[in-house]
Amino acid sequence: MAVKRMIDAIREALDEELARDESVIVMGEDVGVKGGVFVATKGLIDRYGPERVIDTPLAESGIVGVAIGAAMNGLRPVAEIQFADFIYPAMDQIISEAARIRYRSNGEWQCPLVVRAPYGAGVRGGLYHSQSVESFFAHVPGLKVVIPSNPADAKGLLKAAIRDDDPVVFLEPKRGYRAIQGEVPEGDYVVPIGPARIAREGEHLTAIAYGMMLHLTMQAAERLEREGVSVEVVDLRTLAPLDRATIVESVKKTGRALVVYEDNRTLGMGAEVAAILAEEALFHLDAPVRRVAMPDVPATPYAAVLEDAVLPNVDTIAQAMRELARV
Amino acid sequence: MAPRSPAATADPDLALLEPEKLVEAYRLMVLARALDERMWILQRQGKVPFVITGQGQEAAQVGAALALRAGHDIVLPYYRDIALVLALGMSPRELMLSAFARAADPNSGGRQMPNHFSSRRLRILTGSSPVGTQIPHAAGAALASRLRGEDSVVLVSFGEGASSEGDFHEGVNFAAIHRLPVVFFCENNGWAISVPSRRQMNVEGVARRAAGYGIAGVAVDGQDLLAVYRAVAEAAERGRGGEGPTIVEALTYRFVPHSSDDDDRIYRSADEMAEMRRRDPIPAFRERLEAAGLWDEAKEERLRQEVAATVDDAADHAERSPQPDPATVMQHVFASSGRDGHPWRSSA
Repeated sequence: MAVKRMIDAIREALDEELARDESVIVMGEDVGVKGGVFVATKGLIDRYGPERVIDTPLAESGIVGVAIGAAMNGLRPVAEIQFADFIYPAMDQIISEAARIRYRSNGEWQCPLVVRAPYGAGVRGGLYHSQSVESFFAHVPGLKVVIPSNPADAKGLLKAAIRDDDPVVFLEPKRGYRAIQGEVPEGDYVVPIGPARIAREGEHLTAIAYGMMLHLTMQAAERLEREGVSVEVVDLRTLAPLDRATIVESVKKTGRALVVYEDNRTLGMGAEVAAILAEEALFHLDAPVRRVAMPDVPATPYAAVLEDAVLPNVDTIAQAMRELARV
Repeated sequence: MAPRSPAATADPDLALLEPEKLVEAYRLMVLARALDERMWILQRQGKVPFVITGQGQEAAQVGAALALRAGHDIVLPYYRDIALVLALGMSPRELMLSAFARAADPNSGGRQMPNHFSSRRLRILTGSSPVGTQIPHAAGAALASRLRGEDSVVLVSFGEGASSEGDFHEGVNFAAIHRLPVVFFCENNGWAISVPSRRQMNVEGVARRAAGYGIAGVAVDGQDLLAVYRAVAEAAERGRGGEGPTIVEALTYRFVPHSSDDDDRIYRSADEMAEMRRRDPIPAFRERLEAAGLWDEAKEERLRQEVAATVDDAADHAERSPQPDPATVMQHVFASSGRDGHPWRSSA
């Protein structure tokens, strides 16, 4: 297997799906001639033409709205929002429209749409190029929310998202586009939407993470291993629908749970995971569920020292693990 | 009423449609009005929870529908389009099933409020309540059809209030850039609930905005069925010929409150309402048919009886139809969702 960067795995997925299925189109600002600001779509317009790789006007609601109409009429559009921070004008289209098309038509219409967006902090992007938006969408039934943490998953999950008959919000940890490398299988494969992954087996506590935080959590787990604490790490991969069974089973085994996410602490994924564990694993818990998350600031500030002050890092995650193991 | 003049018998627009089609257009308008009036009565009787209808806009809607190929062209209606979907082939029973929110409601199985039209059979794309959201969908649907090499045209309808939404601009702009075969059909009835057109836009009508997108814009008397038919047919032809989208603005009236929860006496005067009623498209069209020798009192009487029976049947049928089964409430959240709405576990 070749080692690839996450951004290249994503481009491969788009390329292969465009080649495999004529109903797949890619659309968004700068996705054509420029190939995307992160070059996720570079070269695709040369191979598939401007009818299928469409540079759109700068209009997020329009991008998603047009994609929805195309999806209802038989295409499989992959709409790119340049940064997740700019997705809010399209919220109505994603939530009121895409998520409800199947339900509101009693199953007569469907909306096989993928909305791709780079998200997350740690790139000195300030308030408007750093946001974690996943919880807004994970709250909405009818939407699938996927966040890969490595190149192989990014490729396989994106292919699964494109082939899925439901709308998928596909959030890519942009800090990991180039930073995260890994082996990617040759040939066509999909990683199913839904199941979480045990990224690392352990005995003493379970750490639950996704996206970029998965890597920091893995590093923290390795540090704890040297200190004699065995940490199991669960990579959620899909936030909605959430793989409750894998989370609950792991915590039943270890008796301790830490949730790591770079979104704001309040009502983020950690709140949902903690609630699930309270409902389904309370009598297996040896300690209260802990969260490491960004404090409730309105997105990360720009200055490096300020951003570092709010984001979880290997030290803060490892410290939380240590304290949790000691309880 | 204007006195019948000999000139009226030489009504050149009547030649736009076959005589049978003209009579059918009249029947559809009368039927739509009667269904509409019955829905208000059913709501006041407490039999249906909510009503939102289109009395006064029948000529605009039927005229537009007759310019389309039902089941071939794609339509994204809005919530006043009872006459439009009726003319496309939705049955009175189906409309009443929607009003009563019954399981057999073809639009949503009783999940949506009435008049949120949807029909795969008729290529009516499902819609929602926030206004204007369907306008970019129309551009996308046209994009998909063109990519497949189909010659279908997309008609999306909306009120003038929706033209204030960003989605109107974003959808029209996209369709204009890509010269997509979309008819943006604005039924301008002068009122967005209580806000009049002059507080909605600083131009005389929505069609004027077409120039800003570099596309054709046509304002037409929405009370004149044949004028609307001609405008929409020309716009559809333009779209099919690769000349891009058109904004067709039908200037019309809403004879009833916005919905059964609205009291339009708060914002409209009785004089204004009476003046609007003088521009009722149904008697106006009847006069044209009579002047051309296509209609008479006896035919009118037969039609009224037939329509009354049809409306009775539709309402009775819907009232007797089963309610949706609460056990189905988690269905269709996802493609493969089972009882708990979970899309993958149920199949795992």
